[in-house]
Amino acid sequence: MRAWTTLRALMGHWRRHPVECLTLLAGLAVATALWSGVQALNAEARASYARSAALLGTGTLASVVAEDGGRFAREDFVALRLLGWPVTPLLDGRLTRDGESLRIIGIDPITLPASASALRIGEGDERLTDFLLPPHLALAAPETLARLGAPSDLPPLAASETLPPDTLVVDIGVAERLLDAEGRVSRLLLPPERAGEPLPAPLAARLRVLPEDAESDLDRLTASFHLNLAAFGFLAFVVGLFIVYSAIGLAFEQRKPMIRTLRACGVSARLLTGVMLAETVGFALAGGALGIVAGYGIAAALLPDVAASLEGLYGATLPGRLSLDPAWWLAGMALCLAGALAAAGGSLWRAARLPVLAPAQPQAWLADQRRGMRHQLAAAALIAAGSLVALAFGSGLAAGFAVLGGLLVSAALALPALLASALAAGHRRARRPVAEWAWADGRQQLSGLSLALMALLLALAVNLGVGTMVESFRRTFVAYLDQRLVSDLYVTGQDSAQARDIAAWAAARPGVAAVLPIWRAESRFRDWPLEIYGFADHATYRDNWPLVAALPDAWDRVAGGAAVLVSEQMARRFGLAPGDRLTLPTPAGGWEVELAAIHRDFGNPVGQVMVASDAFARHWPEGDRRRMGLRVAPGAVPGLAAALAARFGLGEEQIVDQRGRKEFSLRIFEKTFAITIALNALTLLVAGVALLTSLLTLADLRLVQLAPLWALGLTRAQLAWLEMGKMLGLAALTACAALPLGLAVAWVLTAVVNVRAFGWRLPVEFLPGQWGTLFALALLCAFVAALWPIWRLRRASPLTLLQSFSNER
Amino acid sequence: MLEVASVSKSYATALGPLAVLDGVTLDLWPGRSLALTGESGSGKSTLLHLIAGLDAVDAGRIRVGGAEVTAMGDAGRSALRREAIGLVFQQFNLIPSLDVAANLAFQARLAGRHDPDWLAVLTRRLGLGDLLARYPEALSGGQQQRVAIARALAGRPGLILADEPTGNLDEATGDAVLDLMLELVAASGASLLMVTHSTRLAARLDAQAVLRQGRIAR
Repeated sequence: MRAWTTLRALMGHWRRHPVECLTLLAGLAVATALWSGVQALNAEARASYARSAALLGTGTLASVVAEDGGRFAREDFVALRLLGWPVTPLLDGRLTRDGESLRIIGIDPITLPASASALRIGEGDERLTDFLLPPHLALAAPETLARLGAPSDLPPLAASETLPPDTLVVDIGVAERLLDAEGRVSRLLLPPERAGEPLPAPLAARLRVLPEDAESDLDRLTASFHLNLAAFGFLAFVVGLFIVYSAIGLAFEQRKPMIRTLRACGVSARLLTGVMLAETVGFALAGGALGIVAGYGIAAALLPDVAASLEGLYGATLPGRLSLDPAWWLAGMALCLAGALAAAGGSLWRAARLPVLAPAQPQAWLADQRRGMRHQLAAAALIAAGSLVALAFGSGLAAGFAVLGGLLVSAALALPALLASALAAGHRRARRPVAEWAWADGRQQLSGLSLALMALLLALAVNLGVGTMVESFRRTFVAYLDQRLVSDLYVTGQDSAQARDIAAWAAARPGVAAVLPIWRAESRFRDWPLEIYGFADHATYRDNWPLVAALPDAWDRVAGGAAVLVSEQMARRFGLAPGDRLTLPTPAGGWEVELAAIHRDFGNPVGQVMVASDAFARHWPEGDRRRMGLRVAPGAVPGLAAALAARFGLGEEQIVDQRGRKEFSLRIFEKTFAITIALNALTLLVAGVALLTSLLTLADLRLVQLAPLWALGLTRAQLAWLEMGKMLGLAALTACAALPLGLAVAWVLTAVVNVRAFGWRLPVEFLPGQWGTLFALALLCAFVAALWPIWRLRRASPLTLLQSFSNER
Repeated sequence: MLEVASVSKSYATALGPLAVLDGVTLDLWPGRSLALTGESGSGKSTLLHLIAGLDAVDAGRIRVGGAEVTAMGDAGRSALRREAIGLVFQQFNLIPSLDVAANLAFQARLAGRHDPDWLAVLTRRLGLGDLLARYPEALSGGQQQRVAIARALAGRPGLILADEPTGNLDEATGDAVLDLMLELVAASGASLLMVTHSTRLAARLDAQAVLRQGRIAR
């Protein structure tokens, strides 16, 4: 009963201050929404990878794969079966049709164990016969089915709920035909209990066993992308908590007299704290529920961008709709609750220890605030030191994010002290009474606004850092495309024989300056996916190819066939440098070569090796030799493309001009960063809301502080301008602090996080125009946030101002 | 000179308009003091607020030093308060972010009439010398009231409006502060309109007026 009475008294505050109540709920909802939205996206993506992995049996079954990671002969499968090995074959590959890529998985349903996949084709399934016999049956996710319709070049389609999008599961014989891989298999699935046994002698030379729990390539490749999303989500969560902390802190300050009265009336400190705790939990549950609904909306809105990024970067496909996992919303509620309790902890602590008799003493609070600032500065120094240690000695992406997090948190903690110093310096220099008051009042106001300003600092710095990174990347990438895509026309033949014919025909055409083979094979280097490209020694490469480091006569060495170029990310991953020797896996065994140079290969998640075409033909005789680049005189491209199409019956996707390739690459680039830019903007929006809510909740307190000045002869308009000036000044100071911090964030992102996440480093470009935009954005944010409270002050009736004098009428 | 003619004021309440002042008329000549007394809710503070231009009349006219307050806009009334009126509030209304020295000089500096010598006299006479570096929150009620009185007098205004200036002081201190106020008012040639509940203190001023139900009773 006592608890209920106390709760009712405390809740009365929210009835009288609905804006603050909404602020608190909005803070909790915003913090939870962005975090849980990002988590929903990550969970959806991981579930999709898991479905892909389950389909191939990884996770539950071991695999027998070729030593070089490529396909191998069906005879090896037969040999193992004859030796009593319970293996089942899989043929996996991509089919491009109408410009879209479909994953084709060929299986043998007869030998496929029940635990191997989510296919549900087996004995008793009435579709098994259709699957095995002509015209065969292809299984696909319902959304893929709806998209494909009834294509004539594919077997009849049937729906399977368990398949990931853009994937077709067919009989292995059909897959051989679709993928042009007659008599080949990608891997053999093996029960895990046989994984420990050595393969029979003749096969062990070219095949090896992968254990069942090997992490899938998609999991590994996309880990950094998802970590990136999670980091953004967490940043938004922290910024949202600033709002919560600010609202709860203000409510505590406003309710101090009530709390003292309740204590004076006999409510124990324990009961009071318990009731306030219950109140916080209630708010957290309500705000969390709102946040989860909003988070689902955000995730659904961002899903197309995320799917595009993942497909562009890693070839991973996501379904077009979200599924709701109870664990997701429970985790969101738990995080919201934990965040609310963390934000309310200080207020609850102070409420439990509040002396019953103590007048309001802003200057004493100011002194407290100064002590607090000293502690904050010490904490900032400690965290910054930890960040430096992580930079110097840490390894891996998590350490990179620790550096970034440490940098941001230490800077945010140091901000109030920095602003206080600037305001104190201004106060010392002020000569006019109103200016003196404005500086002094700004110092006193700082405690109420510092959290919102810290949130603004974080949002601005991250915006600047990410903006600098993306813009640097964009410029570097455009220059890189100009260097890499030097051929004027890229042509892909139907098969190797046609490609040879095309090359011979093109070489004889007037206006064709060079025919440059672009041959390709896949393999694995120390368990990392690898692409090997065969290329011809030509001035095109020597003059344009972007090299990071090279031996003096690198091109001659590579042309001689005894050396190779490797991509920057592969060199970083394995600590390789020009002059090193490395052994590349080939179908015939290891090939030891010299590393002559390291080249840039932005955005490629797998390793890349460039070898002379002769060496390629020797070591990867079955590599894909269908592609080539043609150097053509300007103006001759359209005619040549038309002639090629007419003579060889090539489709649109088989003849791509340089401009088309660049446009395609840039489109992927834009999609890749669309999600980052969207989260960036949302974070800044949250910071703006934090500032607005702080000002709104402080507005009533400000009236009490401003009314005496009005009574002494300052007009409401003057006071409103002064308030706006102070807000803009504080935002400008914060933006000044955000500038070096943002540049530091950009450096950490490009030199530390990016290198550890993707394996390549960007040259950072400083963009003063962007700094100006950031500054204007900070001022705009403060202006918009301050507009409503200041308009209220400007329009405040004399009665409202007089009420703050508390005089008798 | 202060002239208040037929001033009325009412406030909207949930139960309809509440008439607080109903045709109040009074005059106050330069160098004179007037005590305004009456029961709680009789409209004393409201009248002070209207004279200071802190609120607008419903009807009637108020002139301060020849300027018609009731015809002024917000900016004009602000300028009048800044330059012609010294206000002493019941709740002091010192500026919490400024120390005592800055509070004392604030209004005089706003009015462009800052006189360090005169301020030194006030500081000495009101016993504020040791308090100049303190902030308002570190002062007792009596000390804050003395700072508020000194602030009101610092700019040598023509009219001082004081709302219960000794309400927070003990009798002896209240008497001493009132002595000082009257002395300083006389010395500066200003007029003093003081709201008080105390008939004893009211009797020490040149004239008294009693407000009863929004009207001047005598």
